[in-house]
Amino acid sequence: MPLTLFWFFAIVMLVGGLAVVSLRNPVAAALAMVSSFVGLAGLFIGLNAYFVGVMQILVYAGAIMVLFLFIIMLLDLKTEEKQAPKVVPLVGGLGIVLAFTIQLFGILGKVPNKESTPIDYQAASEHYAPISKSVSERLADGQLPDVNLVGDVIFKGYNLPLQIVGVLLLVATVGVVVLSKRQTI
Amino acid sequence: MAWLLLLLPLLSAAANHLFLKRNAFLASMLSVGSVVATFVISLLLLGATDSYAFTWASLPEPVGNLSISLKLDQLATGMMIVVTGIGMLVHIFSLAYMADDSAKARYFTCLSLFMFSMTGIVLAGNFIMTFMFWELVGLSSYLLIGHWYEKNSAADAAKKAFLVNRIGDFGFMVGILLLFGITGTFIFDEMGAKLAAFESAYPGCYPCLLGTAILCVFCGAVGKSAQLPLHVWLPDAMEGPTPVSALIHAATMVAAGVYMLYRVHLSLGVEVFTETMAGEVIAWVGGLTALAAALMATQQDDIKRILAYSTLSQLGYMVMATGLGGGDAGMFHLFTHAWFKALLFLGSGAVIYACHHQQNIWKMGGLLKKMPITGITFFLGFLALIAVPFTSGFFSKEAILHAAEGNPPLFWIAVAVAVLTPFYMTRLFVVTFLGSPSSDDADHAKEVSPLMFVPLVLLAVLAVIAGYKGINTLAPALPAHAGEFHVNPLFWISLGALLAGSIPAFIIYSGRTKDPLSIPLFRERFYLDAIYDKVFVRGIQDGGAALIHFFDEFLINGVLVGGSTRLVQSVGGLFRRAQNGNLQAYAFAFGLGVIAVIYFTVFWK
Amino acid sequence: MASLHSYLLVSGLLFAIGFAGVVLRRNIIVVFMCLELMLSAANLTLVAFSRFNGKNGLPDYDGQMLVFFVITVAAAEVAVGLAIIVALYRARQTIHTDELTSMKG
Repeated sequence: MPLTLFWFFAIVMLVGGLAVVSLRNPVAAALAMVSSFVGLAGLFIGLNAYFVGVMQILVYAGAIMVLFLFIIMLLDLKTEEKQAPKVVPLVGGLGIVLAFTIQLFGILGKVPNKESTPIDYQAASEHYAPISKSVSERLADGQLPDVNLVGDVIFKGYNLPLQIVGVLLLVATVGVVVLSKRQTI
Repeated sequence: MAWLLLLLPLLSAAANHLFLKRNAFLASMLSVGSVVATFVISLLLLGATDSYAFTWASLPEPVGNLSISLKLDQLATGMMIVVTGIGMLVHIFSLAYMADDSAKARYFTCLSLFMFSMTGIVLAGNFIMTFMFWELVGLSSYLLIGHWYEKNSAADAAKKAFLVNRIGDFGFMVGILLLFGITGTFIFDEMGAKLAAFESAYPGCYPCLLGTAILCVFCGAVGKSAQLPLHVWLPDAMEGPTPVSALIHAATMVAAGVYMLYRVHLSLGVEVFTETMAGEVIAWVGGLTALAAALMATQQDDIKRILAYSTLSQLGYMVMATGLGGGDAGMFHLFTHAWFKALLFLGSGAVIYACHHQQNIWKMGGLLKKMPITGITFFLGFLALIAVPFTSGFFSKEAILHAAEGNPPLFWIAVAVAVLTPFYMTRLFVVTFLGSPSSDDADHAKEVSPLMFVPLVLLAVLAVIAGYKGINTLAPALPAHAGEFHVNPLFWISLGALLAGSIPAFIIYSGRTKDPLSIPLFRERFYLDAIYDKVFVRGIQDGGAALIHFFDEFLINGVLVGGSTRLVQSVGGLFRRAQNGNLQAYAFAFGLGVIAVIYFTVFWK
Repeated sequence: MASLHSYLLVSGLLFAIGFAGVVLRRNIIVVFMCLELMLSAANLTLVAFSRFNGKNGLPDYDGQMLVFFVITVAAAEVAVGLAIIVALYRARQTIHTDELTSMKG
């Protein structure tokens, strides 16, 4: 991924995040968050994780953020009135963020850097030759059949967690229904 | 045989307590049966000399084997006659006296327990056993004084008797251990020889050590025989049923102190009292008790209290005689006194019973006509107590005066007591039995039932004849020339004292309906009870209460309980402040934690 | 081409921004959104490591699996959390964290 594109998406994402934190209108904050997630999806795609990027847009920007907006409208939230910021929490919060950032640079100094290597289609094709002929052929053609590869791993290696996560979603759905029902007793 | 003496009352007490609680009639019959049987056995054993023992516990040297042992000799068997004889009559008297009592079974259980304990003291062959049974009589006395425990005064009197006795018993225990330290044995039979060995080994510290030991042992007697200054419990003990007063607090248990002193006297050797200062102290304590109690008796209004102070006074006599080395005279007086004082107490019991539990002599009067048998038997006991010539009391008092002759101050104290005794007894008799009834209770008094007056008659006979030669072989110990009658200076002094006491009393009190004399000092018992109450009871109680209050309020409540709660509270308060309910504060704390974790996992060397 | 450090730096900054939002904002829905930002920052790290530590010439898909699960759990969490917020709003008529201090000890 060209460096310029990387920085473009990164800046979109960070500015979106900053907007979420700083905008006082919750609707504006939610929309800023959508833009932040778009930037994030761009970074994912730049990392050759096409499927994750698509999911990020679909699930986060599509579903979750719609849910947020829905609730904001349901509760009819107005822009917060500007109030004198309390000094102690502000200083404490910013201090802790600063400390975290400093630590982040410290860690980056310790972790060995890596340059991205291009994807080795030949080796991947040979690896998948005994597993799936079509995937192997497409890899040999220089394409990356991302969905096939993800599906291969998720259904072969992570089947049980997948089921469990499905149940989790079901439980969450039921819980939400129970929670939002009006108490009639 | 001898074991039966000990076991029969125990079995009776156990059976009564365990099985016959609800069946008062059977319980009383069992107790009476056991005491009659022991009386017969005592008569059969009279004069026997024997000892029985079995080992009870083996302790490491130097104590060696402790044994339950019985020692029979003239002293023990004679004392057993007194104990079981009076015990038997008192049991029979109680059948009538306690007929309507709701706790009859308990009463007879306690009586049997007392007979067991008293037998144990009398027959004990060593000091350990004496001490054990000494405590047991204390217990049974406590139970019997507190028989009517619903009455506050009875419960208090029982507690007082027990606690005062504890003071004496503490000294007694120290004395026993001191004697053990000196002689190395608890057994009476071995003490004499061991003591002689000790004397030859350490002639220097012998008199001092021995005197201390004997005085400590005497402390036990002071408590049990109610000598000054521990005499205060005995008059209060009259709160118990009257037959109990007759048996325990006049004839037997209070005499146990004298008996034990004489037993020590015999075991250690005859001259131990005279060659140490202990004898002198004992004699003075006895003499002063006799005088003080006689003075107190002159101003009491309660018939039983007068007799109680009289008992104190006579016990003082015995202790004095024992201290002066005349233990045989003391025991002889114990023997005669037991009969006539039991008679007087049972007589007063009959009077009280007839007068519907009226005990104030000024509310009586004219009872001789109403209840002639009781009156006449009481009169005979009265004669014996004031030592009219040819009654038993005369012979024994003569013996005591004789024993005191060597010590002029004590002799004249004894004579003064001999003057006071007729004085207060005449007062009692004149006010109670002569004159005219001064209350409805006395007016309606009737002669008591045969079950009550038969023991009175028997005791009256003994009160008169117990001192004569022949009969007096029943006594635990006899002084030389006991029961003989000589006209000598002592006789004239004694007769003079009798007349000097009784004639003024007769003149002063005849026909009176209220006390013409009032001497607060004597009436208030030299204020000793008040002083004890102030100094010991209040002082110790308040001091103890303050101490306990300090412990309870400050240490327990303030520091331990309150302190721990305060600690928990303050620590909880500390953490409570962290729990401020603010989401952001939690997030902040969480962030701090994350930074710390990162710091320690990544940057920590 | 961007290196591993650039991705880690960007994701760390996003995480810090999200955390600042959690600590500073008073509106509980915005706090919630900031939490999502932090989760996404973590996701970005996972994907970056998966790409830079490839095997068989391809990215390591195990890392992406974790991203899927995180997204799923986040979706469930958002659903339940928003339901709770709605219930809370019904009960207290506010979603201001300063006023939701009934758990104060």
